[in-house]
Amino acid sequence: MIWQLDLIILVLVIVCAIAAINVKDLLSAAILLGAYSFLLCLLWAIMGAVDVAFTEATVGAGVSTVFCVSAVFHTTRRTTD
Amino acid sequence: MDFLTVLISRANYWAYIILMMVGLYAMIAKNNLVKKIVGMSIFQTAVILFYVSIGAKQGATIPILRHGPVPEGGGIAHAALRHGTDAVQAVNYINPLPHVLMLTAIVVGVATLGVALALAIKVYKEYGTLEENEINQRLRRG
Amino acid sequence: MKLIGKMTILLCGILLIVFANKFPEFGDPHSPASTHLSPYYIEHTMADTAVPNMVTSVLADYRGYDTMFETTVILTAGLACFFLLRLPEEEEKEIYFRHVPTGVTIRIEECGAAPEDSDVFQRIDAQWVPRDIIIRSTSRLLMPFIQIFALYVVAHGHHSPGGGFQGGVILGAAVILFAISHNLRTTVAKISETSAAIMSAAGVFIYAGTGALCVMLGENFLNYGALAPLLGTDRVMARSHGILIVEIGVALAVMSVMIWIYYNLSSAGKQDEGL
Repeated sequence: MIWQLDLIILVLVIVCAIAAINVKDLLSAAILLGAYSFLLCLLWAIMGAVDVAFTEATVGAGVSTVFCVSAVFHTTRRTTD
Repeated sequence: MDFLTVLISRANYWAYIILMMVGLYAMIAKNNLVKKIVGMSIFQTAVILFYVSIGAKQGATIPILRHGPVPEGGGIAHAALRHGTDAVQAVNYINPLPHVLMLTAIVVGVATLGVALALAIKVYKEYGTLEENEINQRLRRG
Repeated sequence: MKLIGKMTILLCGILLIVFANKFPEFGDPHSPASTHLSPYYIEHTMADTAVPNMVTSVLADYRGYDTMFETTVILTAGLACFFLLRLPEEEEKEIYFRHVPTGVTIRIEECGAAPEDSDVFQRIDAQWVPRDIIIRSTSRLLMPFIQIFALYVVAHGHHSPGGGFQGGVILGAAVILFAISHNLRTTVAKISETSAAIMSAAGVFIYAGTGALCVMLGENFLNYGALAPLLGTDRVMARSHGILIVEIGVALAVMSVMIWIYYNLSSAGKQDEGL
C-alpha cells in the first residue's frame, strides 16, 4: 500500500462528499456522487480489496448514478440548500 | 512530528469519521429529500471504508491464492509459495471477511437507494416539491 | 435544524475520534479482526472448496446464509419499488408520432386512429430529442461485448475478482445502456417487466433451491458437498460447482432487479416514456 496515494485520494474523497451535499443543483449532486464512488473504488483497490473495488465500480459509479439521474429527471433540480 | 505520524498512520480512520459526520449532517440538517438520500449514501460508504480499513494488512497481498506455477519475483506471498510446502500463511493475505460483508452491503445499498428514490418521486408527485419545510407547510394546511 | 445537526455531529465526532485512538494500528497483521475467524478461511479455502479466490468461497460457501438473505433483500427492494411507483395501465390521452421522411410531428388525441409504429411513422416520446446515430450505434455495438464480459465475470469469479453480484450488475447495466441510448418502449418490448420479475424470483429460487436440494440429499442446508453424487465429482469439487450454481442464481436476481428498478424509476411507474 502506498500511503501518499492513499492520503491524496482520501482528501479528494472528502472534498467530493462535501461538494455533493453542498452543491445547489441536484443533477450536479448526482454526478458528484458518481465521482465520489469512483474515487472510493480507487481507494479499495489501493487497500487490496479487489472484489469490493470491482463492485463499487459497477454499482456505485454505474447504476446508482443512473438511478439518481432518473429520479432527478422525474422530480426537480431545484434545491435551496 | 509525533502528531503528524499519528495523522498519517491512521488517515483512513480519520477519513471515515469525517465522511460519516458529513453524511450524518446531510441526513439531519439538509432540507431537500434527495440531499438526505445522498447523505445516506455517503454515511453507508463511510461504514464500508471503516470495515475495509480494519481488514487491511501491512505487507500482505490480495485475498486470492496463487495457484499453478509460481513465477520469479513477486511479493512475500510468492516467496512463501516457492519455499516450503506449507505455503498458505494467513499473515500473507489480506483479511477476506470484511470484503465479503461489504461486497454484499454495496449491492444492497444500491437497491435501498432505488427504494429511497422511488419514495422521493412519490412524494414529489403528491406535494409538488422535495423541500421538507414546504411539505410540512402543505401538511399543516391540510 | 442546522444547529441540532451541527451539535450532533460535533458530539458524535468527538466520541469517535477519542475511541479511534484505541483501535489497533492500521494494517496491523495481529489485530483482533485478522486473528480470529479469517485465518481459517485463508488457510483452508483451497483444501475445502478448491476455490482460490477466498472472497468467493467465503461469500457463497462459508457464509452462504448471509448471501442468500442479501439476495432476498434485493428482491424485496425490487418489489418495493414496483409497489411504490407502478401505475395501472391506462389509455394514453395523447400519442406522438413522427413522420420520418418529412420530419413532421403528429399529435393524436383521444379517439384518434393511431398508425402502426413503423419506419415511416415512428412513435416518439412527448419530450422528444433527436437520437444521435453515433451514440445509438456505439452502444449497440458495445452491448454484446459487455454481456460476454459479464458472463466471464460470473464464471471466472472462482479465480479472479468477480462473481454473481458484479456480473449481474454488469448484465443489468448493459440493458440500461440500451434503454438510455434507444428508448424505454423498445427495451420493454425486448425484456418485459413480467420477465424481469420472474427472473429475479427465479434467481432467489435457484439459490434457495440448491440449499434445499442439499437437505433432500441428507445434509445440512447449503452444504454443497452433498451434491457430489449428482454432479459426479468428489466432495471438494462439488462445493466448487455448488458455488458456481448459486453465483448464477445471484447474477440472475441482481440483473433483473436492477432492470426492474430502472424501469420503474426512469418512467415514474408508467413504463412508456423513459429517460
